Amino acid sequence: MNDKNKAKTITLHGRKVVGGCAEGEALVTRETISGWGGVNAMDGKIIETRHELRGVSFKDKVLVFRGAKGSSGWSSVFHFTRLAGTAPRAMIFNEMTTKVALGAVVARVPSVTDLDRDPLEVIENGDWVKVDGDHGIVEITKTRTSAA
Amino acid sequence: MMLNADEQSMLEGKHGKACQKAMELLLRYGEALGAERFVDTTNIAGVPASANKFLKDYYSEYYTAGRDEYDVIFSFFDLDSDELVEVPKITTNGCHLQGGIDPENWEILGATPETLRLSQASEAYAREHGVKILKTCTPYLAGNVPKHGEHCAWMESSAVVYCNSVLGARTNTEGRESTSAAMLTGKIPDFGFHRDENRFGTHLIKVEVEVSSIMDWGMLGYFTGERVLEHIPVLTGNYHNADLLRHKHFGAAAASSGGVEMYHMVGVTPEAGTLEAAFGPRRPAEVFSYGAVERRQTWDNLNANARTTEVDFVMLGCPHYSLEQIEEVVSLLDGKKVSENCRLWIFTSRLVRTMADQKGYTQAIRDAGGVLLTDTCSAIGQTIPKGTRVAALDSAKQTHYLPAFMGIEAWFGSTRDCVNAALSGRWNGARP
Repeated sequence: MNDKNKAKTITLHGRKVVGGCAEGEALVTRETISGWGGVNAMDGKIIETRHELRGVSFKDKVLVFRGAKGSSGWSSVFHFTRLAGTAPRAMIFNEMTTKVALGAVVARVPSVTDLDRDPLEVIENGDWVKVDGDHGIVEITKTRTSAA
Repeated sequence: MMLNADEQSMLEGKHGKACQKAMELLLRYGEALGAERFVDTTNIAGVPASANKFLKDYYSEYYTAGRDEYDVIFSFFDLDSDELVEVPKITTNGCHLQGGIDPENWEILGATPETLRLSQASEAYAREHGVKILKTCTPYLAGNVPKHGEHCAWMESSAVVYCNSVLGARTNTEGRESTSAAMLTGKIPDFGFHRDENRFGTHLIKVEVEVSSIMDWGMLGYFTGERVLEHIPVLTGNYHNADLLRHKHFGAAAASSGGVEMYHMVGVTPEAGTLEAAFGPRRPAEVFSYGAVERRQTWDNLNANARTTEVDFVMLGCPHYSLEQIEEVVSLLDGKKVSENCRLWIFTSRLVRTMADQKGYTQAIRDAGGVLLTDTCSAIGQTIPKGTRVAALDSAKQTHYLPAFMGIEAWFGSTRDCVNAALSGRWNGARP
């Protein structure tokens, strides 16, 4: 194929968690994220000791992750990120729990789950991702030609 | 979501503005979960109206004369409302979990008078609004013991896992906003552990090495959480002395390294009379063995960042110590003095502290150079003695959190290892 330079777009369909539309660069982790004790809300950085994203901030990113774990402070921490201006622009996750649902609600960022393909297989760090929370649609523009 | 008449009238504002805002939040939350209805709950454990300096300053523009400033925090943060509402007394059995500082020993914890004032004002607000002030992560050791099958709405992952697994009551891991809203409405989404079909085991853990001490149970819990993440493990095999304290340490560890909210131990926990009962219609998705190799690996993971054998801080009481655990420390101290290079902090609830006072344990710990503290812990309060570089801990949960929060090294071991470290100022715990 000769269209190597042409941006490749993939669309996934899922379910609304929180409505609204947002887009941004993807930050992807196959690991679950711990809120309280795992995230510093003041800069949006992951701080969990052995996490693959340790030291990386999700501020202004589209956060693509497996799900939530750990303390019941999850929602409060993501609530704080909204107030501190460090929240991700949108969230895409695989595993629904009360922590991640309440966290997405109070962070008030467009969020989707139950996608028809595993977002962790399709989306890579740096991809440009549009999230339409109301319709549960995720549009991915690949930045690497070899991917997915 | 399908709302009954009661819920519909709350949503329409017939029970007042605060109740309406609470119902709106619960509806957004229930829809995010994909829940179809609510369940009624009257047993709620949360942290209503807690304030720190960041929150207090964030909402400063709303503090006007004649307005309770905690109504501001409760409206905008707890209820995630865009509108300031007047908060009525709660109508449910709601309790306040742990807080940020010990109101008596706040100076030892390095708190400022301003932090103390904030904490006391929010406590007074919660009390005036009908919330029971337990100030502990172990409400089940301080008078709130839900009955089998009772629908609860609890925060605090270590209390949630205890509630589901050991008591057979039903709760998801709720957050501050959902518990505060539930205190006003008595409603929580009918999701997850409230439903029979979601309480069966998903993964099998075969315990092959003997697990009997509290430290053993903590390591087994940490291993279990690492393997099953947020799923529901069923344990069989070589575990012994299953008592309240061991469950407390096992569940807290499993909830921190993974997201375990319920576990079954065959022959021990109330919904696991047999292996078949624990799994119900499910088949184990994966089977794991916990033997000597896995136990050693777990200890290594917990001690991953510990290098320096000089220990300058020993913290006990995560989750909050029971009276028996305080008694054990007093007996291990045996009248000796804590090393002058080391600090010893032990955390418990106000209720257990009162009993420890009566037994003379508080004084015995003070005589040894340590201190018995209440309400909080080092991770929750984000407080360690000034200059701490290396801590020793007997809690897998605290070991999981404290180094990440405070940038220190931490050793994990038995209570005896920790007390020895406090007395000698050196870590001498054995790798299993």
